[in-house]
Amino acid sequence: MMLTQSLFYFLSFLAVFSALAVIIAKNPVHSVLYLVLTFFAITGHYILLNAQFLAIVNVIVYAGAIMVLFLFVLMLLNLNAETEPQKPVYIKFAGVISGGVLLLVLVGAMKTVALSEGAVTPVPDMGLVENLGKVLFNEFLLPFELASVLLLSAMVGAVLIGRKEA
Amino acid sequence: MEDTLQTIRSIPLEHYILFCTALFVIGVAGVLIRRNAIIILMSVELMLNAVNLLLAAFSVHHGDPSGQVFVFFIMAVAAAEVAVGLAVIVMIYRNTGSVDINIMNKLKW
Repeated sequence: MMLTQSLFYFLSFLAVFSALAVIIAKNPVHSVLYLVLTFFAITGHYILLNAQFLAIVNVIVYAGAIMVLFLFVLMLLNLNAETEPQKPVYIKFAGVISGGVLLLVLVGAMKTVALSEGAVTPVPDMGLVENLGKVLFNEFLLPFELASVLLLSAMVGAVLIGRKEA
Repeated sequence: MEDTLQTIRSIPLEHYILFCTALFVIGVAGVLIRRNAIIILMSVELMLNAVNLLLAAFSVHHGDPSGQVFVFFIMAVAAAEVAVGLAVIVMIYRNTGSVDINIMNKLKW
């Protein structure tokens, strides 16, 4: 249990520092790489929760497909640190203060919340592929099929938008 | 079986709530601070990931698998959104030569 706790703290600090580096780094390629590191830390959290299917899907879809897409577009646009536009300092200051105020509001709202006790019969094997698959194909069949239609429409839309006007 | 249960229950839910709130707020600050449209899209992905982790933590805490199924759908929607968003950004770059959001403040270029 001590190992779990120290793993949790290590992964949390890694994720938070990588996320901060994402928004602070001047070179956009560095931001993308720090975001990949953040996604791997979040995958570690999923494994701690025994949500194995979500951990693997997170690595494959987010860190593997979406971030590669970002890297491709960055290489295509050939952005680097010198051509990066910067907002004036007072706007950055205002952005950070706004983020901090949002954090204070959320933490203050959670202070008076009493969490419910949790399930009476908890299921530790819920995150495994077969158990999640049973729920997905029994109760959530319609959203599952609609998600495939959504991905098809996104693919058609992306190809149509990105087409060169020939 | 009990060992796995003890492992996943050993971290109280408040820790997850605080961690995911911190990630979400960092994403919000990233959207406000940066001028590059691609970095803004990446901060939105960071926010989505924070919410995903919190949904998974709550689903484990309550023993309800619907939370993890919903995370699956959120990932599908995020993938579709990134594909279309990046296509839009590439077209904007082709037409205007930059991805700076401060100069994209006209409806008709």
